[in-house]
Amino acid sequence: MSVTYLGMPPFPQAAQDSTRDTRLRGNLRHATHTIRDKRAGAVAELTDWAALRTAGAQIKDRTLRHLDTYLEQLEAAVTAAGGTVHWAVDAAEANEIVTRLVRETGEREVVKVKSMATQEIGLNEALEDAGIAAYETDLAELIVQLGDDRPSHILVPAIHRNRGEIRDIFAERMGRWGRPAPDGLGDSPAQLAEAARLHLREKFLNAKVGISGANFMVAESGTLVVVESEGNGRMCLTLPETLISVVGIEKVVPTWQDLEVFLQLLPRSSTAERMNPYTSTWTGSADGDGPRSFHLVLLDNGRTDTLADQVGRQTLRCIRCSACLNVCPVYERAGGHAYGSPYPGPIGAILTPQLDSVETGLDASLPYASSLCGACYEVCPVAIDIPEVLVHLRERVVQGGTVTVRGQRTTVRPAKGHAAERAAMRAASWTFDHPRALRAGERLASRARRLVPNRLPGPGSAWTDTRDTPRVPPESFRDWWRRTRTPAGAAGKSGGESVRQEGRPETPGGRDRQEGSDEQP
Amino acid sequence: MSSRETVLGRVRRALADVPRGERPDEAPVGRDYLRVHGERSPGETVRLLREHLTDYRARVHHCSPASLPETVAELLARQGSRSVVTPAGVPGAWLPQDLEHVADSPALTPHDLDAVGSVVTGCAVAVAETGTLVLDASRDQGRRSITLVPDHHVCVVRVPDQVVGSVPQALERLDPARPQTWISGPSATSDIELNRVEGVHGPRTLDVVLVGEESSMF
Repeated sequence: MSVTYLGMPPFPQAAQDSTRDTRLRGNLRHATHTIRDKRAGAVAELTDWAALRTAGAQIKDRTLRHLDTYLEQLEAAVTAAGGTVHWAVDAAEANEIVTRLVRETGEREVVKVKSMATQEIGLNEALEDAGIAAYETDLAELIVQLGDDRPSHILVPAIHRNRGEIRDIFAERMGRWGRPAPDGLGDSPAQLAEAARLHLREKFLNAKVGISGANFMVAESGTLVVVESEGNGRMCLTLPETLISVVGIEKVVPTWQDLEVFLQLLPRSSTAERMNPYTSTWTGSADGDGPRSFHLVLLDNGRTDTLADQVGRQTLRCIRCSACLNVCPVYERAGGHAYGSPYPGPIGAILTPQLDSVETGLDASLPYASSLCGACYEVCPVAIDIPEVLVHLRERVVQGGTVTVRGQRTTVRPAKGHAAERAAMRAASWTFDHPRALRAGERLASRARRLVPNRLPGPGSAWTDTRDTPRVPPESFRDWWRRTRTPAGAAGKSGGESVRQEGRPETPGGRDRQEGSDEQP
Repeated sequence: MSSRETVLGRVRRALADVPRGERPDEAPVGRDYLRVHGERSPGETVRLLREHLTDYRARVHHCSPASLPETVAELLARQGSRSVVTPAGVPGAWLPQDLEHVADSPALTPHDLDAVGSVVTGCAVAVAETGTLVLDASRDQGRRSITLVPDHHVCVVRVPDQVVGSVPQALERLDPARPQTWISGPSATSDIELNRVEGVHGPRTLDVVLVGEESSMF
């Protein structure tokens, strides 16, 4: 089962279309810049942000290193509190379990809280095939569902739509799913939110089955946590008689106390609020309060394969805040759809190829959907070194290597289309090992510099299609160094001594200090 | 092999690099973040709560224990509610007599609650730094649905006893076994162009009554 959408072209191809869509780019630019500034303000309020971030990363690392222990502890606690725990190896199995559970209630309709896990496994489509209607109740998910569209952002799936487009979708489509939009609907966010309230009210009041994900699961107590804004989550979690939660196995945290870190990190990173309007926590089922029957479906779907990769493992720390999307220059221009899966942006570029057990052209292209600027790492509240994982995945694409696929160690061959890159890298590696050859090559290139074309022929054109050829300098660094900084070269030049002093490579501070300022968990 | 065994087996194989015998608490977690941000007197903490509740468009009121019924009556009248639902632990004396009283009970359906104008509850704890009220389904807070379906929520906070500074301090006071709702302002959404708009599915009006002697506010 693939995490990516069927038939998605590789990232560069999809991005080529989306970057030409000026309305999309305008919408994204406006939204991401708004949230960026707000996030910075919300984070600056907490003087211990760096310590919280480190603790968040460490709690997740502890959990991942002992995931089997915590999953068994969680299962025991949920069961003791009256819940039923199911295990799903992949998307197909999770969909089967949920479909069966809904059928057992005799219901044909379910209400859903926005959930990345159910988006990832394509649950709505699976339910539809079984004749069960799944109603998305998050405002942005509703916009996506009514518009027959795909989500383009983790937090705000309809971020690619502006208010005018949303008004048109509501006015035209709401009637097909239930209560139509009010006559003369305007495009102010308040009017649009009111239309959604009216449309979904009857669905909530009549719902017998709710389906959710969860932001956190507490192993020691069996408590699930859902963080939201609108109250649709509360509706789905408390009004139905049956609640089914589909949650990735990496969402477990060891203790109730650990929430003190994540309930500070998540809202400020995500919506840039001190706290999101509503957070619900529940443990199994409670007498007379909320659903009588609670099912937890623990989802693997590629997570254990990701866990097996010691560099890629940190990806599983992700708490789905979407801060990395909002700061990413590539996401801002290409938009979420180009990433071809429910997980767009920098986190998607590393998560999708790792979750996917089927190597697709899209998976091979995603690790390249980044300029490696590092802004995503800087804002990540659990310090996932996204650039490190991107480079690691690029290496796998170009050179192949050993990966875990559905629990089996497998050797993958290099992806197609990287032969020229491999040849160039091999040549470069040889040359750097042979100083004489390097010097001869550099001098030759300098003399012939005017002959280097702006666009390279042959396989090199893949590089120059989107970039200018770098200009070759008239003199190589090594020649310049020899001429100006060594006693032989600098002899007879006034001030040679002072130049040598300034340029000493072992100047204290400098590089060392810069590297040390990066907070590492 | 069951799926449970398959997943757990894959997890264990994936963690071959973790030394056998390493206990979970041997993986380091630094807790050197702050328990609370800044030093405040109880009165200052209450004022910060008030400020942060207001930031997120909750309406905040302050009164003495003796004048609580008067304040509640005024808020219900301002909302124009003709009925009010309360959990068992909210004293009848808090409520005015001139409107219909509905007692919280598992027998109330969501449709019944939809016909009720307001809900009046207490709370378990309030968090000043984030402007958050936590309900934990205790006797004066009731089932989760009563504070969700009616469009107007009046939440009574005893100050300064029920107010803590920070999220870590709030979690210490709470029991995970109880179903909880953390509320920070009325229902809101940021889904349209990432602008916050108040009022979607939860109560669109949140009145918070801080009850305490005048001295507790300053």
